[in-house]
Amino acid sequence: MGRGMGRFLLRRAVNYVILVFIAASFTYFLASSYLEPIVNFLSKHPQPPLSSIHNILRSRNLDPNTPLVQRYWTWITNILFHGNFGQTFDGNSVNSEMGRRIFVSTELLLVATLVSTVSGVAWGAWNALRQYRPSDRISTVVSYLLLATPTPVIAISLETVDQWMGVPVQYTGMYDPGAQGTWSVITSNMQHLILPTITLFLIQATLFSRYQRGTMLDVLGSDFLRTARAKGLTRRQAVLKHGLRTAVIPVMPLLVYNIVLLFTGATFTEKIFGWHGMGEWLVDSITQNDVNAVGAIAVFTAVLVLIAGLLSDLVYAALDPRVRS
Amino acid sequence: MTQLVPDVPADVLPEEKQKKTRTLSRGALVRRRFRRNRLAMVGVGILAVLLVGAYVLPYFLKFSYTDNDWNALGTAPDATHWFGTNHPGVDMLALTMRGLQKSLVIGLIGGPLTTLIAALVGASAGYFGGWIDRILMWVLELMLVVPSFLLLALIAPRLAGGTWLYFVVLLSAFGWMITARVVRSMTQTLKDREYVLAARYMGVNPLVIIFRHILPNVASILIVDATIQVGAVVLSESGLSYFGFGIQAPDISLGTLIADGQPDATTSPWMFFFPAGFLVLMGLCVAFIGDGLRDAFDPTAAGAKAVVKSIKRAKGPIAGSPAQDVVSNTARAEEGLAS
Repeated sequence: MGRGMGRFLLRRAVNYVILVFIAASFTYFLASSYLEPIVNFLSKHPQPPLSSIHNILRSRNLDPNTPLVQRYWTWITNILFHGNFGQTFDGNSVNSEMGRRIFVSTELLLVATLVSTVSGVAWGAWNALRQYRPSDRISTVVSYLLLATPTPVIAISLETVDQWMGVPVQYTGMYDPGAQGTWSVITSNMQHLILPTITLFLIQATLFSRYQRGTMLDVLGSDFLRTARAKGLTRRQAVLKHGLRTAVIPVMPLLVYNIVLLFTGATFTEKIFGWHGMGEWLVDSITQNDVNAVGAIAVFTAVLVLIAGLLSDLVYAALDPRVRS
Repeated sequence: MTQLVPDVPADVLPEEKQKKTRTLSRGALVRRRFRRNRLAMVGVGILAVLLVGAYVLPYFLKFSYTDNDWNALGTAPDATHWFGTNHPGVDMLALTMRGLQKSLVIGLIGGPLTTLIAALVGASAGYFGGWIDRILMWVLELMLVVPSFLLLALIAPRLAGGTWLYFVVLLSAFGWMITARVVRSMTQTLKDREYVLAARYMGVNPLVIIFRHILPNVASILIVDATIQVGAVVLSESGLSYFGFGIQAPDISLGTLIADGQPDATTSPWMFFFPAGFLVLMGLCVAFIGDGLRDAFDPTAAGAKAVVKSIKRAKGPIAGSPAQDVVSNTARAEEGLAS
């Protein structure tokens, strides 16, 4: 990775900044012309006078009477110069709301991502070693089934099974609001993690295992593995020492990518299990006509997608000697 | 499927076989290989049954999806209502078939449409190169960065004045990027082939070259991709409809049915699990067919086949450079966003 690489990265970074800027601006324009935050106030009972509604909206940079370009200018300069994403429609700071939600999403996704990556990789590699055996065929059909199942169906099926078994596992929200004391909140929290984690696990592990199975099959047919066998290694040694290591490399960028995108949350899972994270916000900000929140999510997601892309490229370059040269 | 290779006496075999290989076109070969794939044939069969069921069965049912049976409000499956009824007393079988119609038609239009966009963009970028390539690839990157779920959710409900056809176009407009990249890199290797050069030097219109010489050469990938995109479009349709951002009120899709049935999934499972089951069944069939097509088109190395098999929306047998692979990884992972 010499100077060429550095310049290449710099050029890409500049391009990325422009991309994020355009993506975020576009989303903001679209959101502010389609969403109507005023509805939230008109539907209040008793309805506040129109003039005060407009005053409130103006103070939050949401007033439809202000020209769109002017609102956009306020929004973008606040972000660029003060790092301030504005206020939600009900007057809270978008920044602090986002911070809270990122934390929730991270807690929800961290365990799921790590567990599903490791087990997905192991499962895929194992299936590749036993290609076309019954276990591999069953795994294949099961993973097709899981890949064809939409997330809400998986989540709600789990809830239903839990209900039928007499609710051994609590699942709505982050923890039981009635829990008293730190310890019981923590245990309740752990319990509430179970079902969403299984949901995410089923989806992610399947994805990883299919991918790992493919790369592993490639490696198993390769010449260097035959060489390893020829020089006297047992099949197990050859596969573990030379095969798996090579086959995991292409999966690593995917892992890095997923870890960075932890913070953007899991829309369906959070919504269904009542976790107030970033994924839920994605849906709620639109249904609540919350223009500034939509804008903030757009910026945040775009930045993370690009960081994740860049990082996973770097990881790949670091791991794969062919790219390094 | 063994009868496809007829039992012939040993002495005629070589000649007979030779004749056969000479006369079989590539299309016929692919079809034969496809027909040998049991899972794929099951997929085709079930999908055909679903199509017929969705479009023909409603004519034979006692209840339409708009009728309310006031004597059966939210009842479990029985002899009159095979799939039960929902709370307003609408027959779940009629509703499910209606939803299946919409989901099927959205998938069957949206999938190929997505591939078409990808093919046009990818082939133009790869063939013309230069600034056209740069602009198209830049748009492609932008589309990957733009939070597609957010934009779809913003735009789709506002199309209510139009028909669901706009919605299909919108879904396709946000799904073509990965395939386009693959088509582009394949076009770049194709465009210096002799027959393409010959056509170009004869002054053939570039668009004609793309349609006559480039795209047919990537047809196998496009066909497989179109199949896989059917599943992808149906999944994103049902996801958006689930949140109320997709198909709007008087219209029904399996996604809206799932959303409606969700609160009662535990107490009245028929309201949720019938539509959900059909959605999964449909996705499964499409996946099997896509898989079968891929195997049928790809007679080469088992390794290549397996890579391609690994994940939906996969690349073709022609893999890109390692860097290209990274890009496709990340883009694949992005689908995980929809969890």
